[in-house]
Amino acid sequence: MAIEVRIPTILRTYTGGAKVVEGSGSTLDELIKNLDADHVGIGDRLLYGEKLRRFVNVYLNDEDVRFLGGLQTPVADGDTVTVLPAVAGGAR
Amino acid sequence: MLTISRDLYEKIIAHAREDHPDEACGVIAGPLGSDRPERFIPMENAARSPTFYEFDSKEQLRVWREMDDRDEQPLVIYHSHTMTEAYPSRTDISYANEPGAHYVLVSTRVEDSTEFRSYRINEGNVTEEPVTIAE
Repeated sequence: MAIEVRIPTILRTYTGGAKVVEGSGSTLDELIKNLDADHVGIGDRLLYGEKLRRFVNVYLNDEDVRFLGGLQTPVADGDTVTVLPAVAGGAR
Repeated sequence: MLTISRDLYEKIIAHAREDHPDEACGVIAGPLGSDRPERFIPMENAARSPTFYEFDSKEQLRVWREMDDRDEQPLVIYHSHTMTEAYPSRTDISYANEPGAHYVLVSTRVEDSTEFRSYRINEGNVTEEPVTIAE
């Protein structure tokens, strides 16, 4: 068992085109570091320093991790993590 | 080039007019691998602002999953500017993360004429493209 991670189009250059990859860890932070070891560079697209980037949405199963524990959110085998680019903008 | 049906073109404008003076936003999905926008999905502007738009993250997850299940992709991502021209702002460019999408901007700053323009935005580069309305 592992954690399934769904990768958006824009980040598939890091996963050799794969839409779904697997990773491990006990928190989201560990999972991202584990992913970055296999798919070098992806961590930098998700994190800015010790924080999640503002224009990336990360969901644990159906919940936005910003409303859970952010990077400290516990994850476990069998969970699905979905990454989506946030859609935002405006005249400002 | 963006080719869009008159019906979808009018739906985008109607949505932008309806939410004016706040920015309106949404997606048009089409079959994966095609360039045929077909399914109109107006989205809530979670920012409810005249100068900013942001998809609600939960609604976005639901809509993106639905597209996945239906073998669709977001072909058009549209939003309105309500006081400025229909040209991508610096914010628009920095958030543009769907290289395969047509970024449609409409401006509702003039009451009875709506500017409707389309762009490709890739790695910070903006290219305007012609829009063809299919009758």
